[in-house]
Amino acid sequence: MIKSSPHIHPHGNITRVMLNVCLALVPGIIAHIYFFGLGLIINMAIAIITALLTEAWILKLRKHPIQPSLLDGSALLTAMLIALTLPPMVPWWIPFIGTAFAMVFAKHLYGGLGQNPFNPAMVGFAVLLIAFPQEMTRWTSPAFNDASLLSFVELVRYSFSGVLPTGLSYDALTMATPLDTMKIQTSLGESVSAIQSTQKVMGEVAGFGWEWINLMFLVGGLYLIIRGIIGWQIPAAMLLGLFLISLITSLIAPDSYASPLFHLFGGATMLGAFFIATDPVTASTTPRGRLIYGFSIGLLIYIIRSWGGYPDAIAFAVLLMNMAVPTIDYYTQPRVFGHDGK
Amino acid sequence: MNGRKLWHFHGGLKLDGHKPISMQSTVEPLPIPPQLVIPLQQHIGAPAEPVVSVGDKVKKGQVIAEMQATVSAPVHAPTSGTVTAIEERSIPHPSGMSAACIVIDTDGKDEWLDDRKGHSQYHLLDPEELRILIRNAGIVGLGGAGFPSYLKLQPGAGKIVNTLILNGAECEPWITCDAMLMQNRARDIIDGLNIMRHAVHAGECLIGVEDNKPEAISALRDALSEDEKQYIDVVAIPTIYPTGGEKQLIKVLTGKEIPSHKLPIDIGVVCHNVGTAAAVADAVIRGIPLISRYVTVTGTAVAKPHNLHALFGTPMDFLLQQCEPQEDKLARLIMGGPMMGFEINDRQTPIIKTTNCLLTMQQQDITDDQPVQPCIRCGQCAEACPAQLLPQQLYWWSKAKDFDKVQDYNVFDCIECGCCALVCPSHIPLVQYYRFAKTEIWQQERDKQKSDRARERHEFRQYRMELKKKEDEERRRKKKELLKKTQGDKKEDDKKSAIEEAMARVAAKKEQQSAAPKNTEELTPAQQKQIAEADARRERINKDEPES
Ligand code: SF4
Ligand code: SF4
Repeated sequence: MIKSSPHIHPHGNITRVMLNVCLALVPGIIAHIYFFGLGLIINMAIAIITALLTEAWILKLRKHPIQPSLLDGSALLTAMLIALTLPPMVPWWIPFIGTAFAMVFAKHLYGGLGQNPFNPAMVGFAVLLIAFPQEMTRWTSPAFNDASLLSFVELVRYSFSGVLPTGLSYDALTMATPLDTMKIQTSLGESVSAIQSTQKVMGEVAGFGWEWINLMFLVGGLYLIIRGIIGWQIPAAMLLGLFLISLITSLIAPDSYASPLFHLFGGATMLGAFFIATDPVTASTTPRGRLIYGFSIGLLIYIIRSWGGYPDAIAFAVLLMNMAVPTIDYYTQPRVFGHDGK
Repeated sequence: MNGRKLWHFHGGLKLDGHKPISMQSTVEPLPIPPQLVIPLQQHIGAPAEPVVSVGDKVKKGQVIAEMQATVSAPVHAPTSGTVTAIEERSIPHPSGMSAACIVIDTDGKDEWLDDRKGHSQYHLLDPEELRILIRNAGIVGLGGAGFPSYLKLQPGAGKIVNTLILNGAECEPWITCDAMLMQNRARDIIDGLNIMRHAVHAGECLIGVEDNKPEAISALRDALSEDEKQYIDVVAIPTIYPTGGEKQLIKVLTGKEIPSHKLPIDIGVVCHNVGTAAAVADAVIRGIPLISRYVTVTGTAVAKPHNLHALFGTPMDFLLQQCEPQEDKLARLIMGGPMMGFEINDRQTPIIKTTNCLLTMQQQDITDDQPVQPCIRCGQCAEACPAQLLPQQLYWWSKAKDFDKVQDYNVFDCIECGCCALVCPSHIPLVQYYRFAKTEIWQQERDKQKSDRARERHEFRQYRMELKKKEDEERRRKKKELLKKTQGDKKEDDKKSAIEEAMARVAAKKEQQSAAPKNTEELTPAQQKQIAEADARRERINKDEPES
C-alpha cells in the first residue's frame, strides 16, 4: 500500500474507547451491587466468558484473525451491558444464552463489529425477556438492610443448581420492580402519591436503590462526555424526550402518571441514555440525526413503560429506533461546505 | 486582538505545531550546489518548453523554458552555468515519477543576466502590464498548489474583487518557511500585496496569520505605513488545522463560503500565499524572476532543523546535509507537512517552486502500520471534517466501489486534509480511499468521453457512407435521367446541406450529453492538481488498491 498522508499517529483507538466506556460503568456497578447484592458479579462473569469464547469461536469459523477483534473491547462491553440488564438472581444459562445469542445472531451474523444494525446487548436482552419472562421479570428485593441479601457462595449455588438456603423461597427474596409496582398499582386505581408514600420499594423518588444506581450511571456518562468519548446529543435528547412527555402527562393527570423524576432516575434510564443508546454502530451518525434518534427513544421508553406490556422499555425503544437509523441518517445529512442548505 | 469579527469553519483539529524547533536560527542562504536539476513542470498546467540546448551557457535569471499554454509558467536558470542534459529525472510527486528536467552544471560565479529591469513605480503600470511581468517571472502559488499566479490576478470580465487575501496561516505542523518569511521580509510581502491590489483593483486587503506566530504578526503590522493601515488588516486567526486551506481561510476571514466547484473570484475574493506576494515584489520592483525560495528542513531525524534559502533544482539531499541528518534514524522523508505531504523516496529529487518543507521522520513517528479495524460508525470523522462531509459514508461507498454513491456524498468537496483519518479510532486510511475513488471516477469519465467521441465519429462515418450510397444511387438515377433530359443538377447543394444537418445533429447530441454534470469540466486549480497527481498514481493504486 502507498504510504500516503496523513503521516502522523492517529489519535483514536477503538480499544481505548471501549475500555473507557467499561470503566465509566464502574460507579453504577458498585451501586448496583450495594443495593442488589453480588448476583451481578456472577452474571457478569458468565456473560464475559461467554462473549469472549463465542467471539473467538466465530472468528475462527469465519477465518478472521482472532486477537485484534477479541481484544478490541467490544465483546467485553456487550457482555457487561447484558449482565447489567438482568435481574441479579437468575440461573446461569440466562446470561449464557443471552450473551451467546447476542454475539452470534446480533453481531457476527451481520458481519461483526460495525456491521450490525441492532444493538447486540439489547437483542440479547429482548430475546431473554420474550423466551423466559418468568426469570426475567422478578428482581431481587433491594437490600433494605444488609441481612436481606444472600452471600456470594449462596448466590453461586443458586445460579448453577437452583438451590436456595433452607428456609428461603425465591418468592420471598424477589419482588416486583418499582416500575412494575407503579404500573400495577396505578392500574388498580391507586394514586401515584399514595403508592410512593406507602411502598418502601418506591424509595425517595424513583425506587429504592434505583435512584442511586441511576445517579451513578449519570456520573459515569458525564465522564464519557467530558472525555469526548461519546457525544452529548443522544443522551441529552433521550432524557429530554422522556422528561417532556412525562412532564406533560403528569401535569395533566398527576394521580395516574408518575413524575419526570421517577422516569429519569428509575429503571435503566441512565444506563440506556449514556451506555446503550450511544452505541455508535447502531445509532444515527449525523448530528441532527442523533438528536432525533435520542429524542424518539425517550418518547418510546415512556410509551412502552406506561402503556406497553413490558417492565422496562429501554431495549425495545432502542431496537425500534435502530430500525429507523438508515432513514434518519439519509434525511439528516449535514450541509456540505459550499453547498446550499436544504 | 484584532477587533475584527471572525467566523469559524466546522471541524478541524488542534495539532501539535512543532514549529519553534525550526525557527531557532536565521534563514541561511544555501551554497550553490554543483548541479541543479530543474523540472519543466513545477506548476499546475502544461510543462514549459525548453529554449536552451545541451551545451548552452546560461546566466542567472535567464529563461530556460517558455510557457506554451495559458495555464503554464516559464522556468528560469537559478544560477549561471552550462546546460549538460535535458532528460527525465525524478521529480517531487506523490507517485515518485520522473519527468523532463533541464540539468545545469553550475559555474559558481552566480552571474546575473544583464538586462534586469525593476519597476519601483509599479502603480504607474497598468494591471495588464503587471500581470505580464508576474507571468514572465514564472510566479506560481507558493503555498503548495502551484497555480500560475498571473491567472489568479486576472479577475475576468464583470468580476469585482472586494477582498484580496494573503494566506499566512501556515497551518500544517512543522512547517515554518512562511513564518520566517513574514518575519524577515514583511515589507516585501506588503509591497507584493500592494502590487496585487493594483492588478485586481481590490478594495480591502487582509493578511490571515495563525495566532501561534505572534512575531510574524507584529512584523507585518510594523511594516504597514499609516496610509496602508487604512486598507490592509493583518488578522490573527485561531490556530486550527486546516485553517490555511483556501476555502477555510476565506470562511474565517469573510464568513463567505466558496460554492462547491466554484472559485474564490466568484464570491469576489482573490487569495494568494504570502510567499507569492514576496515573489511578486521581487519580480516587479527588482526584476528578479522566481528562482529560489525558503524551505523548512525539520522533523525528528535532523539534528539541526532550520530554514534554508534554496535555489530551485537543488537536490533535497543537499539541503538535508546542511541540517545534520541522523541517517540511522531517518525512516521517511516527506515533502510538505505531515498531514498532506507525500513521501520522497529518491533523495536526489530537486526542490521546486512548491517545495515548502522537507520533513524527516523516525520509525516511531510513523504508525500507518497499525492494524486497521472495522468502522464503528462513531462519527468522529464527520465531526472533524472541515468540508462537513460524512467521511464514513464516503469510505463505505468507496470500498464498495459504488462511485455514484461516492459522488452523491460529495467526494469532490473533500480537500484531502486528513483530519478524518487522524481521528479515526479504527485507523482506517480514509483519505487513501477517497483518492482512489476520485481517480477511478475521473478515469471512468475520461474513458466515457473517449468512447463518446469514438461513437460520434463512428456514427458520423456510417451516416456519411449511407449518404454516399444514396448519392451514388441518386447519381446513377440522375445519370439515367440526364441521358434522357440533359438537365442541370443541384446535387452538390443537397450533399452539403445533408452533411451540415448531420453535423448539427451530432453537435446537438453532444450538447445534450454534456448538460449532465461532468467532473472533468470547470475544475478548480486544486482539482486539476489532484487529477494530475491521480493520473500518475493510478497505476500504482490499481496495483495495490486498499484491501477490504
Ligand atoms: S472515525 Fe473511523 S470508525 Fe469512526 S465513523 Fe469515521 S471511519 Fe468509522
Ligand atoms: S480528508 Fe476529506 S473527508 Fe477527510 S476530513 Fe478532510 S475534507 Fe473531510
